[in-house]
Amino acid sequence: MTATISPLGRFARIKNRSLGALSRTSVGRAFSSWIGKIAGGFIILLVLTAIFAPWIAPFDYAAQDLMNGNQPPGWPHLLGTDEFGRDVLSRVIYGARTSLSVSATAIAISITAGMTLGAAAGYFGGLFERVVMTIVDLTWSFPDILIALIFVAIIGPGLTSTTFAIAIAYLAQFTRLTRAQIVRLKRETFIEATINLGAKPHHILFRHLLPNAIAPVIVVGMLAIGDGIVLEATLGFFGLGAQPPTPSWGAMMSSGTAQLFLSPWVIIFPGVVVAVTVIAVNLFGDELISALDIRERLRGS
Amino acid sequence: MSMLSVRDLGVAFGSIHPLSGVSFSVDRGQTIGIVGESGSGKSLTAMSVMGLLPLIGGRITDGNIEFDGQDLTNLPETAYRKLRGGRIGLITQNPMTSLDPLKKIGPQVDAVAILHLEMTPKEARARTEDILETLRIPEPALICDRYPHQMSGGMKQRIVIAMALAADPDVLIADEPTTALDVTVQAQIIRLLDDLVKERDLALVLITHDMSVVAQTCDKVVVMYAGRALEFGTVETIFDAPQHPYTQALIGCIPRGGDGTAKLDGIPGTVPTVMNYPKGCPFHPRCTRAQEICTTTQPEFTSYGDSAAACHFAGVAP
Repeated sequence: MTATISPLGRFARIKNRSLGALSRTSVGRAFSSWIGKIAGGFIILLVLTAIFAPWIAPFDYAAQDLMNGNQPPGWPHLLGTDEFGRDVLSRVIYGARTSLSVSATAIAISITAGMTLGAAAGYFGGLFERVVMTIVDLTWSFPDILIALIFVAIIGPGLTSTTFAIAIAYLAQFTRLTRAQIVRLKRETFIEATINLGAKPHHILFRHLLPNAIAPVIVVGMLAIGDGIVLEATLGFFGLGAQPPTPSWGAMMSSGTAQLFLSPWVIIFPGVVVAVTVIAVNLFGDELISALDIRERLRGS
Repeated sequence: MSMLSVRDLGVAFGSIHPLSGVSFSVDRGQTIGIVGESGSGKSLTAMSVMGLLPLIGGRITDGNIEFDGQDLTNLPETAYRKLRGGRIGLITQNPMTSLDPLKKIGPQVDAVAILHLEMTPKEARARTEDILETLRIPEPALICDRYPHQMSGGMKQRIVIAMALAADPDVLIADEPTTALDVTVQAQIIRLLDDLVKERDLALVLITHDMSVVAQTCDKVVVMYAGRALEFGTVETIFDAPQHPYTQALIGCIPRGGDGTAKLDGIPGTVPTVMNYPKGCPFHPRCTRAQEICTTTQPEFTSYGDSAAACHFAGVAP
């Protein structure tokens, strides 16, 4: 047995704490509090429900049974039926699919476009930055719902226009956030050092600036999915989102208003699910912000 | 011919002229020290040589910078990019923040050789480990797999030096390489730089405010004050017979040990800011020997053997 002890042996244990592990532990830490556990657990459950909807839902979401319309919750319709005798539980389950996919797609588009615009504005600066930021700020001066309505008016109702409407409505916050991160990072010594080593602009932007800027953007994106769900439900409620028979939480609530006193379960259950989902997303996002310790960086923009 | 020579350099930001009349030259295997207090234009000189002025809104108004016979003054950015990190390396002031916190040491150092020497990632890694070895970093392969936050300041500074050396430059500019480090580590880093100059036949420009570091390592010295060179010459002449009162005062600030009763001299007052550089000799408001002429006329350089000083009373006994 050799007696040589590596002077670095003490550090060898943490040597494999790669970036992946680091972010895994951060997400792990978000789950450590009981709020994080409940909120995160609910989100995972909801995503799984959306993915496996055909296997979970007890009935076909579109199957009408006019003889059994407006049934109160009970057996076999656990959450009752609507005016056409469709199973509310099945429609809520399928509605999760619509809401989550529309919101997540819209936010993904919004993040991609926002990061591109924000990074370019922050990196190149000058007139380009001012033009981009003015246009982006302009979209922020309107309420989300108004932008969405304008968009729906142009393309026409449906899930595609809802998706783009949500994407445009949240574009400003991702652009501003990314730009703020890039502007802050640009002044860091390691970026100067990289320039001093002769790095090309695209290397600096894609290898150093964006990776360092991405964490807060992802977290805000996660929170925005919650807002996106509300906006999707709102548009659905106005009949501008998903068209029948596609189940959507907003559209279900809308159809439930007519029978509010006759069969309140038609409007109550989708409403409760929307509320609980948005609360869960926000609580989990909050835990994630604490876990990643980026509250200061978010406030800056 | 000199590897790097700067002649009568003048820099302007809009209508403000923070730097004027700076000249020095350095050969292979030689170290030149640029000394002066904070705000005397040392770092700005380094940035001018690296061609970084346009990035911070400055421009060269006078003189020229020549590197290996090539005039850098009007070199386009793309050509400059090949020199930076390729043939001229810069070691920055603060090693703590000079590394990307999200990337491992290995890839960060590799990137330089991949970029400038067009190596494959594998070759670059082998080279990185070689360089780390010569910088006396234990277990280079292990270090390559570390993140910056897992390392000490002295270690990070060595990594920064490794990055500056990765593309085998001809000139190395070290901008206060030891300011952020503690004293024992400072000595190690300075010795390391000194060895590198000899081993690799580098031309080193050492920017510092520490006269004792200059005395240990440099061959030549430029003393700067308020954006001007006040005195330059070989290290022996500057230390044995300083002509300029500012140089004399700086040398007076070096702790000399001894019985502990001797009080250290300071220089009263502070360096003027760029907005209110004094007329005449820039040092006259703080100079003990200032006369009427110092407040009105900018002194010319007068040579004294190996050195030259810009003072009206250089060579005149006080």
